[in-house]
Amino acid sequence: MQKQYSRIGQAALIVVLLLLSVTILYPVLHVLAVSFSNNNNVVRGEVGVLPIRPNLDAYRYMFRYNLLGSGFKNSLFVLMVGTGINLLMTMITAYPLARRSLIGRKLFMLMITFTMMFSGGLIPNYIIIVKLGLVDSLWSLILPGCISAYNMIIMKNFFEALPGELNEAARIDGLSELGILFRIIVPLSLPSLCTIGLFYAVGHWNAYFYATIYLNSRNRWPLQVVLRNLLENAVTSEIDYGESASLPVEPLKMAVVVFTTAPIVILYPFIQKYFVRGALVGSIKG
Amino acid sequence: MAPAWNGSGRRHALRVMWMDRMFYLMLLPGLVYFIVFHYAPMYGVQIAFRNYRMKLGFFGSPWVGMENFERLFRDPGFITALKNTVIISLLKIAVGFPAPIVLALMLNAVRSARLRRVFQSISYLPHFLSWIVIASLARSMFSTSMGSVNQLIQRFGFEPVNFLGSSQHFRGVLVLSDCWKEVGWGSIIYLAALMGVDRQLYEAATVDGARPFRQLISITIPSIAPTIITMLILRVGGILSAGQEQVYAMYNELVYSVADILDTYALRVGLNNLKYSMSTAVSLFKSAIGLTMILITNRISKLLDENNGIF
Repeated sequence: MQKQYSRIGQAALIVVLLLLSVTILYPVLHVLAVSFSNNNNVVRGEVGVLPIRPNLDAYRYMFRYNLLGSGFKNSLFVLMVGTGINLLMTMITAYPLARRSLIGRKLFMLMITFTMMFSGGLIPNYIIIVKLGLVDSLWSLILPGCISAYNMIIMKNFFEALPGELNEAARIDGLSELGILFRIIVPLSLPSLCTIGLFYAVGHWNAYFYATIYLNSRNRWPLQVVLRNLLENAVTSEIDYGESASLPVEPLKMAVVVFTTAPIVILYPFIQKYFVRGALVGSIKG
Repeated sequence: MAPAWNGSGRRHALRVMWMDRMFYLMLLPGLVYFIVFHYAPMYGVQIAFRNYRMKLGFFGSPWVGMENFERLFRDPGFITALKNTVIISLLKIAVGFPAPIVLALMLNAVRSARLRRVFQSISYLPHFLSWIVIASLARSMFSTSMGSVNQLIQRFGFEPVNFLGSSQHFRGVLVLSDCWKEVGWGSIIYLAALMGVDRQLYEAATVDGARPFRQLISITIPSIAPTIITMLILRVGGILSAGQEQVYAMYNELVYSVADILDTYALRVGLNNLKYSMSTAVSLFKSAIGLTMILITNRISKLLDENNGIF
C-alpha cells in the first residue's frame, strides 16, 4: 500500500515537472523553429517547435544587417575587456581587505557596503558619465560597474578562508604582496575566480539598459540593443535585400534572437556547475 | 582598536600602516572607483533640491528646497508610477516568492538523481537569458495573429487576447515572465537547505508511521523556515524595485497606465523631458525608502534569530 502510494506520487511529480520543463523549453524551441521557417507559415501561426519549409534565408539576410557585425564586436569587446578589468579590480580590492590586521579595514568595508544600499540614481550617474567624457564610448559600459561590491565581498570571504601560513612562507621567500597575490593566491582560488568571472561575463553580455542611455552612435551599440531596435522598429530599411521582393521579417527577428542567445546556450552545459556554486557561495553570510 | 591613542600608540599604528603600504596601494584603485562612480553621484543627489541647469552646473543652480518633491507628489504620473511599483512588487512576491520553494520541494522529492539533475538544468536556463531576449520570446508567443498562446486560446473557442497591449493583462505577463525566468535559479538556495536536513529525522518519522505529507509539514518545512524568512525579508526590502530592466524591455504606450514604475518614470522625466532635478528627486525618494526598508527588515530578521540578517 505504502509503496504503491509513493509510486503514484512519483509519477504525478514527474508529470508536473515535465509540464514545467515544457513551458520553459517551448518558447526557446519555437524561436529556433521560426528562424528556420518560411515567413508566410510563420505569419499564419503554423509554426510550433518544428520548422515549416526549412530554409536559411533569415540567416542569410541577418548577416547583411550591418549593425549585427558591429554589435557582436562591441559586445565581445565589453565582455572580454570588461570581465578582465572586473576580475583584476575585484581581486586587488578584496585581497587587502581580507587582511584582518589592516588598519582602517572596517571603515573601507562600511564605505563599500553602503554603496549596495544607496545610490545617487540615474541622472547623477549620467552627469558623472558626461563629465568624464564617457558618453558614446564603450568604456561607459565597463568602468561604472567595474567592481561589484557583492562579488568583492564574496571574494574577500574566500581569501580570508585560505590558510595564512602560505602567505607567511611566501613573504619569507621574498615575494612582494603583488607577487603573493598572483603567484600563490590566484592559482589557489581559480574555481572561485572562474565563478565570479562568469557572473560578470554573463552580466556584460545581457546588459542593455545603460547602453540605451549612454551610447548614441548606432555602430557602438552592443548586440542586445541592436536586437531591441530590431524588434521595435521596421527592419526593411536597414537591410539591403537586393532583388528579393519580400524580407522574411519574423524569421529574421528570431534569427537575431538565436544569434544573441547562442553563445550562452551553447556554453551553458559546461559552465552550469560554476554558476550553481556561485549561487550558493553568495547565500552564505559575509 | 585596542591601544589607547596616546603618542606611542599612534606611532605604532603609523609604523604598522607603513609596513602595510603595499596593501593600501592595492586598495587605492578600488577606492577611487567607489568614490568616482558611487560617492560622487551620491553627492550629486543634491540637485534634487536645486533647479539644475546644465550650463549653471552643480553648484550654480539655484537652491529650491523641497519644491521638486512637492511638485512630484502633485504629479498624477508620479502617483501612478508609485502605485504601479508597489502593486507589481507585491504581485511578484505573492507569485514569484513561493514558486521556487514549491519547485525545490518537488525536485527534492524526485527519487531518481538523474531525472532531478535534468529538471534542474532546464529550470535554471531562463535565468541566463537577457530581458530583451525574453521580451522577444514574449512578443512571439503572445502575438494575436501568430502566437502559440493565442492559437491555444482560439482552439478552446475564445477570442484572441493582446496580452502585451492590454492594461488588463500586462501586469500578469510581467509577474509570470519574471517567475518563468527566476523560479529555477531561486530554488537552488532552498534545495541546498533541504540537502542539509538530517536523514535520520525522516527515518524516525517513518518508523513512527508518519505519512509523507505529515513529514513535509513537521520536518521539511520547519527545517528550511530560516532560509525562507531571510529570503522573504530581502524581497520585502526591495519593494520599490519592481524590475527596471524587465519593464523597460517589455512595456509600450498602451500599458503605461499599469506598467510605468518609478524607474521608468524617472528615466522618461529625466532623459526624455530633461527635467534632471525632478528625476533625481524620484531616485532619491526611491533610494531613501529602499534604505529604510533594508534597515528595518534587517533589524526584524535579527530579532527573529541572532544569526539572521544580511549585515
